[in-house]
Amino acid sequence: MANYNTMELMICTAARELEDGASVGVGTGAPCAAAMLAQKAHSPNLVILFEAGGAAPLIPEMPISVGDSRTTWKALMASSMAEIMETACRGMLDYTFLGGAQIDMYGNLNSTRIGADHQKPKVRFPGSGGANDFASFCWRMMVMTPQDPKRFTEKCSYITTPGWLEGGDSRAKSGLPLGAGPYKIITNMAVMDFEPESKRMRIIAINPGYSEKDVQDNCGFELLKAPKIVENAPPTEEELSILRDQIDPYRYVIGR
Amino acid sequence: MDVIEQGVGRIFTDPDADKAREFFRHKSRALVSKLTTVKDAVAKYVQDGDYVSIGGFGVNRIPAAVLHEIVRQGKKNLGLAGHTATHDFEILSAGKCFNRCDAAYIIGLEARGLSPNARQYMESGEVEVSEWTNYTLAVRYKAACAGVSFHPIRNMMGTDTFKYSGAVKVKCPFTGTNYALVPALYSDVGLIHVHEADVYGNCRTKGILMSDYDIARSSKKVIVTCERLITNDEIRRDPTSTFIPYWCVDAVIEQPFGSYPGNMYGEYFSDEEHLREWLKVEKDPEEFKAFLDKNIYSCKDHYEYIEKNGGMHKMLKLRQKEWLMIGARE
Repeated sequence: MANYNTMELMICTAARELEDGASVGVGTGAPCAAAMLAQKAHSPNLVILFEAGGAAPLIPEMPISVGDSRTTWKALMASSMAEIMETACRGMLDYTFLGGAQIDMYGNLNSTRIGADHQKPKVRFPGSGGANDFASFCWRMMVMTPQDPKRFTEKCSYITTPGWLEGGDSRAKSGLPLGAGPYKIITNMAVMDFEPESKRMRIIAINPGYSEKDVQDNCGFELLKAPKIVENAPPTEEELSILRDQIDPYRYVIGR
Repeated sequence: MDVIEQGVGRIFTDPDADKAREFFRHKSRALVSKLTTVKDAVAKYVQDGDYVSIGGFGVNRIPAAVLHEIVRQGKKNLGLAGHTATHDFEILSAGKCFNRCDAAYIIGLEARGLSPNARQYMESGEVEVSEWTNYTLAVRYKAACAGVSFHPIRNMMGTDTFKYSGAVKVKCPFTGTNYALVPALYSDVGLIHVHEADVYGNCRTKGILMSDYDIARSSKKVIVTCERLITNDEIRRDPTSTFIPYWCVDAVIEQPFGSYPGNMYGEYFSDEEHLREWLKVEKDPEEFKAFLDKNIYSCKDHYEYIEKNGGMHKMLKLRQKEWLMIGARE
């Protein structure tokens, strides 16, 4: 079996979710690496969109910013923030990858603050950026994140970005576009999805070297379990060589 | 339409479309040269207390020369649209220039990490903040451009982002679906860096537009810096390329490398080494003060800042990086 680190495994797992012909809204770092890997490995017609306006580029090297020149390299269009977001609003963006300082059992994300006083927070983070937008409008929102009990929390200090809100049909009732929502959570230990009725997070696959107990012990709320939990396949030699040699030769994302 | 729910965030700018129309009624349509200097433009068009919108995307095609001048002139109590704000936000935080902020993306520099100083500033309680998202700020500008006082959106609802915003939730009179309405954003001053402009303020750019099309039209005053001046004949030869017409613009400055240390599409890549240094010195107040003295306060203008950070040799290297003749991280 190939040697790989958990970041490489997460990127490969995420890339496999992006089928040929789909569209994905990505940020910098691991999500961009996953989209680039998918495009090079198995989905040559994957449409990659950046919120700043870059549309369907042939990304030559890892962008540093979602608005830098790499995001429009040999692209089909250099557009605007509103153009990309409205593409998602209309229902033409299939996937997005997001992250956050906290995530709860319904996939709600916090990237705004820790502490109760909004005007004088204990810790301030960047805020929504395009996350609340992409999570509301892209059909399937995924999260790539390392897993620990503080990040996977019973209750977020602040909900920046909607998951399934309070579960059940609460998201549909809120007014957010119907049918869109959190899809898969990809961590260093496991892959989770959401139980269709309650919309609670549940384990569907475990990464090599981890147990169900490890996954639960590193989560601040009770995880449901899918009827059949499988072992997640490790990265292939081909995936690793594309990732290491073509996508991230400086090991900017996978080296960490 | 009855308001079902309302955010608690303060709306820092007046969304009244009639008041804005009255302002624009009196804005000059004269085709006269607006050529000036960064120093004079900031002194004349950026007043303490003004609400400011910045073009570009944080560290891409940003009006860095103008932002440095705002810090140098010690402008205070500005309002700020934190729309995809990264290094631009870091610069104005260094000067503690603003005291209220519409936050969509602030304090971070994307993959580079968070700015310790900007973060501390936002945690200090000195800055009043309302929450939005990148898209909702973009459509707040679009509403202003269209001369209407709000824009309907289908996100934010159900989250704390809505709760701490100035949005309201209503039922659609046509479908009965819930919508959030966000107020039009008319800025006092828009600051935009472009590739080319003529002396009157007709502008062209390349690459992504971000929200600049709308910021230029919805801001009451607009300062444009450009990489190079072009003739009015050239503008008229190819009107399809004009994305900002002169009647939106109040000041034009030819400022080559005006986005430095930011990226400028097709011209030069961002100076990652300098941006890393900036983040590093922010961790030590003494070091940070010395850094700001060297790079902003003691500089006469943007050229001096560039000279202190490698001058033309550095600019050439960044041009080579932009065109992938060498890698961005070399």
